[in-house]
Amino acid sequence: MEKYNTDVMTMSREDMEKLQSERLVEEIKYVYENQKAYRAKMDEAGVKPEDIKSIKDITKLPFTTKHDLRENYPFGFFACSMKDIVRIHASSGTTGKLTTVGYTQRDLDDWSEAFARSLAIAGVTKDDIIHISYGYGLFTGGLGAHYGGEMMGCAVVPCGTGNTQRQLQLMKDFGATVLCCTPSYALFLGEAIEKDPNLTIDDFKLRIGVFGAEPWSLGMKEKIEEKLHLKAYDIYGLSEISGPGVSMNCGAEELHVQEDLFYPEVVDVDTLEPVPDGVRGELVFTTLRKQGVPLIRYRTRDLCSIQHGVCPHCGRTIVRMSRVTGRTDDMLIIRGVNVFPSQIESALTKIEELNGSHYLLVVERQGLLDTLEIRVEMNPKFFSDAVKDIEKLRKKVDHEVTSAIGIAAKITLCAPGEVPLSEGKTKRTIDNRVIE
Amino acid sequence: MIINQLAVYSQNEVGKLLPIIKTLGMNGINIESLNIADTPEYGIVRMLTSDNVKAQQILSEKGFISTITSLVGVEVKDEAGELSKTLETLAKNGIDIEYIYSYSRKDGKALILIKTDKIKEAEDLLK
Ligand SMILES: [Zn+2]
Repeated sequence: MEKYNTDVMTMSREDMEKLQSERLVEEIKYVYENQKAYRAKMDEAGVKPEDIKSIKDITKLPFTTKHDLRENYPFGFFACSMKDIVRIHASSGTTGKLTTVGYTQRDLDDWSEAFARSLAIAGVTKDDIIHISYGYGLFTGGLGAHYGGEMMGCAVVPCGTGNTQRQLQLMKDFGATVLCCTPSYALFLGEAIEKDPNLTIDDFKLRIGVFGAEPWSLGMKEKIEEKLHLKAYDIYGLSEISGPGVSMNCGAEELHVQEDLFYPEVVDVDTLEPVPDGVRGELVFTTLRKQGVPLIRYRTRDLCSIQHGVCPHCGRTIVRMSRVTGRTDDMLIIRGVNVFPSQIESALTKIEELNGSHYLLVVERQGLLDTLEIRVEMNPKFFSDAVKDIEKLRKKVDHEVTSAIGIAAKITLCAPGEVPLSEGKTKRTIDNRVIE
Repeated sequence: MIINQLAVYSQNEVGKLLPIIKTLGMNGINIESLNIADTPEYGIVRMLTSDNVKAQQILSEKGFISTITSLVGVEVKDEAGELSKTLETLAKNGIDIEYIYSYSRKDGKALILIKTDKIKEAEDLLK
């Protein structure tokens, strides 16, 4: 396997397609021979491995869904025996059923390679000290960052989650320069430093933040950069495909996809037909080199668009995906309108009179009508004792939100601390509707 | 005279006022007057306390959002007609009132508190 600062990053489209084609042909042959569950899908669709001659033929292949993985729990999608599997990760879904992923040693090496490349894209070098506050365990965040950092040769501090006071102590004492965690935890840490009378941000040496595992707005990104005095980068990944490092932000808004390993497509949510560059749809991945659990045309449920061509920001040629702006399963349908929490977050974080990252959406059904309440914290700096000023702010928030999502919401302004962020993934939505 | 008032934001839910009052009481801060601007969703609790700065600091540690505002205070006899005299004076001189309230003190006098943009002018007129 190439090293993380590989010339794959600047490969011509022709060479990339050639590489992808070779790998896809191999992968499909391997899957057809070894992965019963997908072989059945191919047979049902009437596609034979011989029909796949180049990457362009990928659209002939049937999709794989999260539902397929759950139905085949725990090992139905494993394409090799336990003799070759060296690690198993699992992720839980909202339905409580787990999806499991097994990795061979080569799968782990490829994943580490992808994460190391991601670090390189953010400007991390082997001189850096990486503080990892992702969860270690079945969740892929912690170990993904860990082995990626080690592959690059960084000094890795495997802190894991929880015990914020100790985390801050270690970050300060060790002089961590890179922080890996969820964006909401990054903000939580920034606020904890502000609240601690014995700490200031000048006690820290952070310069780069690699944040992922939950969708976050650009407004939230700015807040984190301001509080932690670092440059924040998005990292994207999902355990089904390997883990974090599938794509990485280079400092512009978009994320570079490691497309020689994980081939991305974007399809229309309704027709499942591929859409042109720049058009938003559901992101679909095909693993091109996986042995443990290869997945063909796996529907991620994440919504974004992709863009080919030379990146105007960094000059890499590997395909870019836009920031994930929502998930098909985060989507709230309120009075028949599709609403994404991320749209609301973008609107809220633009308003300086609010602490816009601290918000909670509450959906209720009153009679036949759905109601959306947005609870958001005010910024104490802008608090006024006059009802007319508070009303003006509520109107402003109402206006911004309505123009972002197309429906009206009840705005509840809260005091700081009333809408807390949590140490792991912060819950953003409470849906109290009883759906018959 | 100029009087400092502490205003605290509160959700209009049962039991939201009590913690504010309790917190101040526990820290030895006396509330001299209390007035609530009420809307269906939230209230603004306006208070004169024995130490507004300390009160604000304690409340902010407890997660309350508050602000200290300067008001014009006028001491009048606690009798009918006193308030309207004050209002007439301000109206004649083109001073807009954002809000106004009063409270009666033990000494038989009433204190009228006025929030206005033209605080200095109002103070001079009502001396
Ligand atoms: Zn770039």
